[in-house]
Amino acid sequence: MSSTTHTSTIGAIGAPSRRNTELGLLVFAVLIPIFAYANVGLAIDGTMPTGMIGYGLGLGLLAAVGHLVVRKFAPYADPLLLPLATLLNGLGLVLIWRLDQSQRLQQLQKNAFGAFNPAAPNQLMYSAVGIALFVGVLLLLKDHRILQRFTYISMVAAMILLLLPLVPGLGTDVFGAKIWIRIGGFSIQPGEFAKIVIAVFFAGYLMVKRDALALASRRFMGLYLPRGRDLGPILVIWAVSLLILVFENDLGTSLLFFGMFVVMLYVATERTSWIVIGLLMSAVGAVAVASTAGHVQARVDAWLDPFGCYTTSGACEQIGQSIMAFGSGGVLGTGLGQGNSDLIGFAANADFIFATVGEELGLAGVMAFLVIYGLIIERGVRTALAARDPFGKLFAAGLSGAFALQIFVVAGGVMGLIPLTGMTMPWLAAGGSSVIANWALIAILIRISDTARRPAPAAPASPDAEMTQVVRP
Amino acid sequence: MNKPLRRIALFCGLLVLALLIRDNWLQYVKADELRTHEKNRRVLIERYAQERGDIIVDGKTITGSERTTGSDFAYKRTYKNGEMWAPVTGYASQAYGATQIESLEDGILTGNDDRLFFRRTLDMVTGKKKEGGNVVTTLNGAAQKAAFEGLGNKKGAVAAIDPSTGAILALASTPSYDPSVFAGNSKDDEKAWTSLESDKNKPLLNRALRETYPPGSTFKVVTAAAALEHGLYTDPDEKTESPLPWTMPDTRTELKNEGSYPSCKDGSLREALRISCNTVFGKIGSDLGKEKMLETAEQFGFNEEQFVPVRATASNFPKEMDRPQTALSSIGQFETAATPLQMAMVASAIANDGRLMEPYMISELKSPGLDTIERHSPRELSRPLTGENAQKLQDLMETVVKSGTGTSAQIPGATVGGKTGTAQHGIDNSEKPYAWFLSYAKTADGSPVAVAVVVEDSDAHREDISGGGLAAPIAKNVMQAVLNGSK
Repeated sequence: MSSTTHTSTIGAIGAPSRRNTELGLLVFAVLIPIFAYANVGLAIDGTMPTGMIGYGLGLGLLAAVGHLVVRKFAPYADPLLLPLATLLNGLGLVLIWRLDQSQRLQQLQKNAFGAFNPAAPNQLMYSAVGIALFVGVLLLLKDHRILQRFTYISMVAAMILLLLPLVPGLGTDVFGAKIWIRIGGFSIQPGEFAKIVIAVFFAGYLMVKRDALALASRRFMGLYLPRGRDLGPILVIWAVSLLILVFENDLGTSLLFFGMFVVMLYVATERTSWIVIGLLMSAVGAVAVASTAGHVQARVDAWLDPFGCYTTSGACEQIGQSIMAFGSGGVLGTGLGQGNSDLIGFAANADFIFATVGEELGLAGVMAFLVIYGLIIERGVRTALAARDPFGKLFAAGLSGAFALQIFVVAGGVMGLIPLTGMTMPWLAAGGSSVIANWALIAILIRISDTARRPAPAAPASPDAEMTQVVRP
Repeated sequence: MNKPLRRIALFCGLLVLALLIRDNWLQYVKADELRTHEKNRRVLIERYAQERGDIIVDGKTITGSERTTGSDFAYKRTYKNGEMWAPVTGYASQAYGATQIESLEDGILTGNDDRLFFRRTLDMVTGKKKEGGNVVTTLNGAAQKAAFEGLGNKKGAVAAIDPSTGAILALASTPSYDPSVFAGNSKDDEKAWTSLESDKNKPLLNRALRETYPPGSTFKVVTAAAALEHGLYTDPDEKTESPLPWTMPDTRTELKNEGSYPSCKDGSLREALRISCNTVFGKIGSDLGKEKMLETAEQFGFNEEQFVPVRATASNFPKEMDRPQTALSSIGQFETAATPLQMAMVASAIANDGRLMEPYMISELKSPGLDTIERHSPRELSRPLTGENAQKLQDLMETVVKSGTGTSAQIPGATVGGKTGTAQHGIDNSEKPYAWFLSYAKTADGSPVAVAVVVEDSDAHREDISGGGLAAPIAKNVMQAVLNGSK
């Protein structure tokens, strides 16, 4: 095992808790969305929006609860994660509320479902549930290593979650992708939760198997090729990813799981060969499915030339509208409430919400958002680096890697960089599953970083430990 | 495990970097292209977001805007006497886009033009709503009315130009359409559009600018100009070497006149133009050769698209032809084809003593505050013939109106010069011919108007279709309207 306390980037001695930094940042993270909220109201109606006080209080309260719980139960946690997530959640609420004001979307909903339901109040409620889960995780999960015990249960749970949308009567088909289930009046996207649960399994499994996977290999053309039986797990994950792709028509989820596994495998074994094998397998899988499944095929066509098939294919029109929204925003954007990103139609406040950022906040706004997401990812990786135990390292690396892939796949999809997939921008997009699951993800990262940054308990005096400090290059 | 972790961190950084680069590509490099993309509805929303600026004739608006409900377009374009003005304004339709002035000056009309930037910024600061500017045209309401009503139910077109400046005074095309009927995006608009588009009489076609017709005998003035300019004949009354009958070179085909005109034999230019001798002008074209004919025709504007600023189709004088074809082309047959605007340019160049002015129809662009943003200054396009030769040709054309085929265009108190044309077309000239008339009117102060009229009438009897009979009265009324206005 290569990791000892000495290789951590953050030293074990007397790290400051940085809770006051977090509080200061949180104030901004609450004030900026309130300002944005006022901005939308002034732009659309010319008056301060009436719900502003309630909304501001709600967001402030959630942030305060989050902060107090972190202060009490994870005092050494990374100070950036909570404010960044709060800011994104707050701005997401503003964007969703802004799209609720769109006459065009209201009309569209009335025509399709007979009535218009604003999404922002629900989103605020989901945010509250998300914060509750955040608090719950921090309260119940005193040490992330407890999760190691649930390695194989996690695997089963993740598989069930992933396959739920295929259960007849439970799963629903939304725009061709079967990634939703409907219970009572609620739509749930189990994939968002599976993302976290399966990371537990991967981390636990790889921690145990990493030596076998790393060392028992043959060298071939400069690459360490694993033994046949060690290839088993990666083949299984690959097959499951392909099954998701084929049966649920969801490129995003499938890419996310496979990508996460490859990332964690690489971190666990330090073998570049896994990356090469992983890339090859995803290329083979993607090409095979893209050339056979019509749904995926349509999205690839839409990606290659959205304006060529604009009038004939809904997929092309969506992407075309999204790209035009970005282009119309230009460098500074039209200003909140003054764009026409609602032309995208139904998914404007969900999968395509980033196009609203593009049009109304412009290049400047989109880059700011991307940097915020980038910061969350880097804080996550930093947490992995600082973690003292291999399970925590792998777990944090998997979560941040998956988060990064998700950002890339969603933002890249709506910006026409890669074919569109059915995933949502964390915290921005309307939808409960995503908000709740991502708050849980942040809670876990905060828990791991708290453990990592917490001053080490005084080691029992051992004469050996003092003399064998290894200085690594 | 930290080395791969650092690499993963780098990899994640690259993913975000790729997104940042893509975003810069979309929102900076490609922004303008996407913003103005033909499929981008924002262009339309913007266009109809506020009252559109107006198109102005004689100080009065010929367009308007109307508040609409139930769509994302706030306003709809309306037109006053739309059918008459359609060849000038074009249309601005929420569903079917914009053409002509409505499209070319869209920036001014919507207020988005860069030249209005300062004003827009000022309005934004002072909280005033954005407004569109106005487009002032050169058209003459009375002349346009005379042209449009003169054409009446007949199919045809009229173009009238002020020879001294090139300002377009009338631009009529019939059958026409009312752009108001499909300005919106409702079902009714769709129905109106579909029926206009499928109409076999092509009402949406701007015949004055976009249709070329064989000019027939009216082209003889170009041939006469070439004869004078290249020194083939210098005196309009000098006898030409024109046998009757005349067999076209390299053939055994006789070129015939329309009827029996013995005076065409060795007839002078004056006589030949007066009674429109095919033999004389055919032979002149053949004697000059295609190079010289082409040179003169191109100086008059043939073989070149005109932008007034609306695009007018290039009129055609063939570049590749043998000697008999040159003879036929010189009397406006074979592949010679001209827009009514082109023939009005020919008349205007002659009336303006040989100077062809660039035709234009927008005199001024005005900001919402009615300051002038841009004013057109007349520009000379070319000099197809010298002043002396132009005056000789005027003399010839005046004879045509005084005692030739164009007597129906006479106007008391003004000198009128003109030329009739009856252009046959179709296989073996089977279809009903086009009646042409091109003319100018002159007073003591010079010539205020030159006009070309073409009537393609399928209802009239074949014998009745002649330039003098159908087209000249319309030209006369248009010239009269301009003369009355300038008194």
